[in-house]
Amino acid sequence: MMRTAPQSTRDYAPLFYPALMLIIFFVIPFGTMIAVSFFQREVGGFYTVDFVFSNYERFLSLFFGKILGFSLGLAVLVSIICVSIAFPFTYLLTRCSRNVQVLWLVGILSILSLSEVIIGFSWSTIFSRTAGITNILVALGIMDTAKSLYPSFGAVLTAMVYQALPYTILVLYPALVRFDTDFLEVARTMGASPVRAFLNVMVPVQRNTILATLIMVFVFALGSYLLPQILGRPQHWTLSVLITDQAIYQSNMPFAAAMAVFLVLISLALVGLTLLVGGKKEAGA
Amino acid sequence: MSGLTLSGIRKEFGTFVAVDNVELNVPEGSFVCLLGPSGCGKTTLLRMIAGLEQPTQGGILIDGADITGIPTHKRELGMVFQSLALFPHLSVADNISYALRIRGASKDEQHVRVQELLALIHLDGYGDRAVSQLSGGQRQRVAIARALALSPKLFLLDEPLSALDAKLREDMQVELRQLQQKLGITTIVVTHDQREAMTMADIVVVMGEGRIRQAASPVEIYRKPADTFVADFIGATNLLPLEVNGSGHAMFEGYALPGIEIPSKNTGATLSIRPEDLLITDKERGSVEGKVSFVRDLGSTIETFVEVNGATLTTVTTPRERVSVSVGDEVGLAFTPEHCVVLTQ
Repeated sequence: MMRTAPQSTRDYAPLFYPALMLIIFFVIPFGTMIAVSFFQREVGGFYTVDFVFSNYERFLSLFFGKILGFSLGLAVLVSIICVSIAFPFTYLLTRCSRNVQVLWLVGILSILSLSEVIIGFSWSTIFSRTAGITNILVALGIMDTAKSLYPSFGAVLTAMVYQALPYTILVLYPALVRFDTDFLEVARTMGASPVRAFLNVMVPVQRNTILATLIMVFVFALGSYLLPQILGRPQHWTLSVLITDQAIYQSNMPFAAAMAVFLVLISLALVGLTLLVGGKKEAGA
Repeated sequence: MSGLTLSGIRKEFGTFVAVDNVELNVPEGSFVCLLGPSGCGKTTLLRMIAGLEQPTQGGILIDGADITGIPTHKRELGMVFQSLALFPHLSVADNISYALRIRGASKDEQHVRVQELLALIHLDGYGDRAVSQLSGGQRQRVAIARALALSPKLFLLDEPLSALDAKLREDMQVELRQLQQKLGITTIVVTHDQREAMTMADIVVVMGEGRIRQAASPVEIYRKPADTFVADFIGATNLLPLEVNGSGHAMFEGYALPGIEIPSKNTGATLSIRPEDLLITDKERGSVEGKVSFVRDLGSTIETFVEVNGATLTTVTTPRERVSVSVGDEVGLAFTPEHCVVLTQ
């Protein structure tokens, strides 16, 4: 198909509406946030218009550095776990009959209708001493006494993986359902066991899909701020929790804005780095 | 017994019987084509030989050893898929050496074997290329080389040439046959193209509706088809419904056909005459009479359609033996009984 570059303003007309929406709902709020991050905080008040770097300076400390590192690490861990579970699962799902697939996908979609609050409190019940899963383990004779499994890092991780897994599956599904199984069969005729064929044919062929999914889950997990508070200890709080705390409870908008801008920049840098490394590998292959 | 033996193979998908009671012996080193229309079960049969499908009944033996329950990756075979399925993330050399890597062959062994195979398929120096940089014919060769990397006992190809254009396909048919003869490897090719089967095969296995209709040499399949299905599927033919008259002679549309014998237990049969065996003569001298309804002059051959009491018969002649006829002419059609086959089913 021949594509010609748009010639006149008229040719760009279809873009006006989405561009307008993007400006109103993304560019303006984000621009405002960047502006606010340079404002001077009024203790006891709100803020005054100014251009200072103090908000960023305050952020550049070991304390916030550790929290930033923890937040990024947690998001990376969640995305890796999600993709490792969802990739084989989704592949097996695409091999099922149509009815089985629809049933699973409806179930997975229904998880998306749950709010973060409900997910958080549900898991806190499951992990509790009085009504949690440890009671079942005691009944089965595996454990001696029931105990609470939260607050803990494991509890935060479990709930975040639970929340992100449906997204992961839904992002992987279209790519995997189109995958040509001839690749796996031909590998088997050359002596590769089914598991080996999956690992050294399916995974490399789907490398770009995996990379894109990892980034999507990473960004999704980075925004989580309720689950760490409900299921974790203060040391498991993410930067998103601190941003909320500063913005809502401390009324320190400029500092919250500075942290948010920093988080966005670091995320973008990480995503860019991932694509760069991924792209290089592809060029080399 | 050396070679591949299929005994009583049956495959059901739910209530659908894809392959039914297949008995076949493929001698070692021979080239067999499974030929049939789409949906006749030929690909399913090949996939069962490869272990990608399990037969519902029956056994598959290689050199007398039963391999029916052995998974694909433990059978020593090479297979080329219709889609070729070359790994897009690997270079040509890495594609070819995949099976060697799985076996844990050393880098040196891999390199030597890859060079050998590249020479075999006339693609020396292409090892470092990406698969996407190859033409259709080159990909075809790479897929063949990859399947042959471990020098398997059995070489299976599923419609391997269907993606190529007509000219290239004909070249590859010859090349594939020559390669097979050079290596002496037992080869089974699935195809729906009878010309391809005739070009390459020692044994053509014609399949229809899940069953083997005939397994024989290409010439025998063409000259002595077992039934009307085979006669009709292999090449063009005239199928004449025959009746038996009161005195026991074969009759076609009211014409007695001397020299044509119908087994006494049958009341009717079908006579198969190849178009090149049917000759146009003067009206009085033919076995049957008819009127020319169409002439198709293709340059190298001329097809003449003759209508005999509502049935249309086709003849093929070359320009040299041209009998000058045109549409509307009353002509006679003659044939030698030895060139015809009486089919009773």
